[in-house]
Amino acid sequence: MQEHILKILKNEEIAKEIFDMVVYAPEIAKTAAPGQFVHVSCPDVFLRRPISICDINDDNLRIIYRAEGKGTKNLSSLKPGETVSMLGPLGHGFAPKKGNCVVIGGGLGVFPLLYLSKHLDNPTVILGFCSKDLVCLENDFINPRIFTDDGSCGEIGFATKGLTDEINKGKVDMIYACGPTPMLDAIEKIAKDNKISYQVSLEERMGCGVGACLVCNCMREGKYKRVCADGPVFEG
Amino acid sequence: MDLSVKIGSVTLKNPVVTGSGTFGFGQEYNEYYDISRLGAIGAKGLTLEERQGNPPHRIAETPSGMLNSVGLQNPGVKSFIKNDLVKLKKQNVSVIANISGNTIEEYCEMVKILANSDVDIIEMNISCPNVKQGGVAFGTDEKVIYEITSRVKEHCKQPLVVKLSPNVTDIAKMAVSAEKGGADGISLINTLLGMVIDIKTKRPVLANNVGGLSGPCVKPVAVRMVWQVANAVKIPIIGMGGIMTWEDALEFFLAGATAISVGTACFVDPMAPIKVLDGIEKYLIENNYNNIEEIRGKLVLN
Repeated sequence: MQEHILKILKNEEIAKEIFDMVVYAPEIAKTAAPGQFVHVSCPDVFLRRPISICDINDDNLRIIYRAEGKGTKNLSSLKPGETVSMLGPLGHGFAPKKGNCVVIGGGLGVFPLLYLSKHLDNPTVILGFCSKDLVCLENDFINPRIFTDDGSCGEIGFATKGLTDEINKGKVDMIYACGPTPMLDAIEKIAKDNKISYQVSLEERMGCGVGACLVCNCMREGKYKRVCADGPVFEG
Repeated sequence: MDLSVKIGSVTLKNPVVTGSGTFGFGQEYNEYYDISRLGAIGAKGLTLEERQGNPPHRIAETPSGMLNSVGLQNPGVKSFIKNDLVKLKKQNVSVIANISGNTIEEYCEMVKILANSDVDIIEMNISCPNVKQGGVAFGTDEKVIYEITSRVKEHCKQPLVVKLSPNVTDIAKMAVSAEKGGADGISLINTLLGMVIDIKTKRPVLANNVGGLSGPCVKPVAVRMVWQVANAVKIPIIGMGGIMTWEDALEFFLAGATAISVGTACFVDPMAPIKVLDGIEKYLIENNYNNIEEIRGKLVLN
């Protein structure tokens, strides 16, 4: 494992405050698995920011992030040709399985699911966003069902409606989910009630990103687990 | 050129140690470099029984630093000896066990258990609240520091290093008490107490509300305190607080430290301890110094 200093090929705003960055990263591309993340150094802030791997294309790594806080805002100002430091790929990612798989993402949770969906056989993809100006990757996924909270794009309502529709249609073998905590809680409940296996990707503020410092721990089944090393993907 | 340094009866191969709590039990950073190159691994803080630690969030960024309130999550001293220490010792690396307790009796119990282990040095964290004295930290009262050091020292087989809290009025007084109590070394600084408020939620970011400040922002306080302590005691000092580069480490040696610890820097650069070690070595060679002792405490005041 090592630090990677990577050349930026693209860093563009694709939705409101949402930036799409592509870097030349042959070492990361070689070993990255869906659901893993990179720990990104951002200009003028102290700690690295963990950002999910969105996609790998040949030797290029794609990450999509929201420029909300100081770190990501500074990251969004980097230009093609400049370099960015990343650690990775890090974390315990998704395990692609055969069968009828549902991939469900909410908001920023949509991004790590793209690379995952490429490792599945014809998955059902359900994406939920707050509103039309935040919708992205609708053309990168294959036939996604889009939901928006306000109905400004796609169907009105939460992505979880799409999940219950799919379950009512027939057998679902695995649910893969990433999104805001209330959404993941709802999905875990639906999965448990219907006795369906699931893999959820969580997030938590991180320190080292490699499993040494224990600041990113979250409670899973009565024990604290490291989101950066035992996760970000947890199974149920 | 000899990089080795002595803490009590133990010789470390070089003066670079990793900061307790930042390095786990060494296995994660082993993926980046051979950790046996370092002077010692400062292992994650241990308590008598397993501890879950605090609820999230346990970290908040600050300008040039961070706050942590992990809450001493650890598997307990017995599990450490049985599992993590065994792995470390297979790699031939010196280990500093860091211990925390609620009562003096707990500290004594832990050093008795560790006496039968391969741990090389024991670092006693006294920034914990003294449960029997209303929760005031052990390390804020010089009489308590003398009492806890002398009582723990009676049961301690390995060299005992007392890790001082900087949240005190007179750090030199605290160090003198530890030395009088029989400490073989002093390490400082532990974290400074701080708070970060989220103005959107109007609440502190940390679940624990307050936490320990570390990183480059604390370095000037740490260097000043190492200098003050070095002028007050004769026992060796492990200096820490915001060391990111070999130049930072040099400040601590000049202030009087015998060894230094690199902790928070690892989050930003996993290779930081090795880069600091290589930089110190290069500096000594280029300036024709034979060992650390030739630069230690060589600060000249204005």
